[in-house]
Amino acid sequence: MVRSMFRFLFRRIALIVPTFIGVTFMAFLLIHLVPGDPIEARVGERGIAPERLAELRHEFGYDLPMWQQFFKYEVQIVKGDLGMSVVTQQSVWHEFITLFPATVELSIAAILFAMLIGLPMGVIAAVRRGSAFDYGLMGMSVTGASMPIFWWGLMMILIFSVTLGITPVSGRISDAFFVEPWSGFMLIDCYWSEDEGACSSAWSHMILPMIVLGTIPLAIIARMTRSSMLEVLNEDYVRTARAKGLSTPRVVIVHALRNALIPVVTVIGLSVSGLLGGAILTETIFSWPGVGHWLVESIARRDYPVLQGGSLLIAVLVIMVNLGVDLLYGFLNPRIRR
Amino acid sequence: MALLEIRNLAVEFGTARGRFRAVDGVDVTVDAGEILCIVGESGSGKSVSMLAAMGLIAWPGRVTADVMRFDGTDLLGLSARDRRKVVGKDMAMVFQEPMTSLNPCYPIGWQIAEALRVHNAVPRNKVQDRVVELLEQVGIPDAGRRMNAFPHQMSGGMNQRVMIAMAISCNPRLLIADEPTTALDVTIQKQILDLLIDLQASHGMGLVLITHDMGVVAETAHRVQVMYAGQMVEEQSTDALFAAPRHPYTAALLDALPERAHGRARLPTIPGVVPGIDDRPTGCLFNPRCGLVTDLCRSTKPLTANGVRCHTPLGAPA
Repeated sequence: MVRSMFRFLFRRIALIVPTFIGVTFMAFLLIHLVPGDPIEARVGERGIAPERLAELRHEFGYDLPMWQQFFKYEVQIVKGDLGMSVVTQQSVWHEFITLFPATVELSIAAILFAMLIGLPMGVIAAVRRGSAFDYGLMGMSVTGASMPIFWWGLMMILIFSVTLGITPVSGRISDAFFVEPWSGFMLIDCYWSEDEGACSSAWSHMILPMIVLGTIPLAIIARMTRSSMLEVLNEDYVRTARAKGLSTPRVVIVHALRNALIPVVTVIGLSVSGLLGGAILTETIFSWPGVGHWLVESIARRDYPVLQGGSLLIAVLVIMVNLGVDLLYGFLNPRIRR
Repeated sequence: MALLEIRNLAVEFGTARGRFRAVDGVDVTVDAGEILCIVGESGSGKSVSMLAAMGLIAWPGRVTADVMRFDGTDLLGLSARDRRKVVGKDMAMVFQEPMTSLNPCYPIGWQIAEALRVHNAVPRNKVQDRVVELLEQVGIPDAGRRMNAFPHQMSGGMNQRVMIAMAISCNPRLLIADEPTTALDVTIQKQILDLLIDLQASHGMGLVLITHDMGVVAETAHRVQVMYAGQMVEEQSTDALFAAPRHPYTAALLDALPERAHGRARLPTIPGVVPGIDDRPTGCLFNPRCGLVTDLCRSTKPLTANGVRCHTPLGAPA
């Protein structure tokens, strides 16, 4: 069992190699297909002497044939060097690792929010199928899943920040507080700093982006849980559980939900990998200093190393999350534990 | 006093075309230590009537009965909570499909232990021992190790033994077995049936055996009820039923047994099919397929008299 588990892990980790080549190639190709290069983007509309432009291009190696540039880049990556941002002259890894905790924190908060509300709602809707609650929830779920995030974020800001003045408009914490960035996760750092004001400030900054980012996953999780539960509730073993004289909550949660979770976990895993890539719209609306925002800006600046390195790191993370989901399957479903 | 007594049971389901009675006016009585067989074709309401007795008909199904008593307790008057104290403890049920009736996510031992725990059948520290004892009782070898197996690691016959172990875990006074051998192959069928009969005898349980196999009925039952299209059409002791069936449907069923058809060129069959939701005939539900049909049968529903629901019962002075 343990050995087969390691074999499974090893096979999945070996998959990272082709994925890595594919991702770097795609990122490289796509950004180079966009007209302009980092030098031109930096120069902007002011213009520059053609000789100077050629000189700078040569300095950064942008005058080489594309395949040579790609090859050089791959060699550099294999050595473990993601390169420097053309714009800030900071290492890509350093920039990523500074911004990434903000994205992770927001993603985790959003997915927890979506699960904590979506799972119970889906379960209740399935148990009370055809009831007003069921119809209401499914209606809301369609609305939630099809809501434009940009509009939804602005509406939330308009209502809660502008009109009611309950929550701040943007950022991760109020300027009045300084918290030692120990883990990079604002909520954890605030908790450790034992500064109650900082804690509540961090929470109030988190709540709107969390809801906005969690809305679509919430709608999908609720729907998926409902349909999966409806199927499982008709299974013979649920009848067996009731024939034992178990209470309805126990039948539903212990016997049905555990089986119904398998497809739901897939959906949650997909949502998490999507969120880790940076919630570009949400991060933009709330000026959240995460990687989504960073990557979008790197496109505008033609910051090749940032874009390529960032995509690669996110791809690796997505693979990790999927691996975690697959391991979780084995836990939930003994039939695939081999 | 009868262990289980049901009078005028009806189970209705809502369908797109209105309410449908899956079980209509069924009476069931089981005494302690008795084996009652309920026979009938698929869809004749035999499973549904027993599920109703167990309280397992889920909304939107609706159960009504004039009397539904278990050991003198009115089951319909109980709160859901009190009824759950009876179900799974004093009356237990074994189902048709052993491979899908156990939860794939939990080890079999855990699933048996759950029944023991929820009814506080044995002290907490004795639960594991009791599980091993039960598994040995139903003939599962190497019980101490097998209790950690998952249902998908066991055969259908073994899983059915687990289901039986689970059902008898709290020493029920009534065991309902709903076609417990249908999904199993023939040699295993015999073993499971023998196991049920042995347990019934050693525990002195009442046993309701739902089946469509007349051979099983002949070998096991003390008393037989024949169901057709949601109604009970005949009830007799086993010997009397096989010797002299009174309802034309029962007679036709027995005639269709290969064992009884020696010397005939073709095996007799019953013409037509069981009426569905839409084509229920007026009068007696069996009249379109009956050889002894009269005008009365076509116009008026027969009532049960002397254990048979028929206007023209066999063996009666005409």
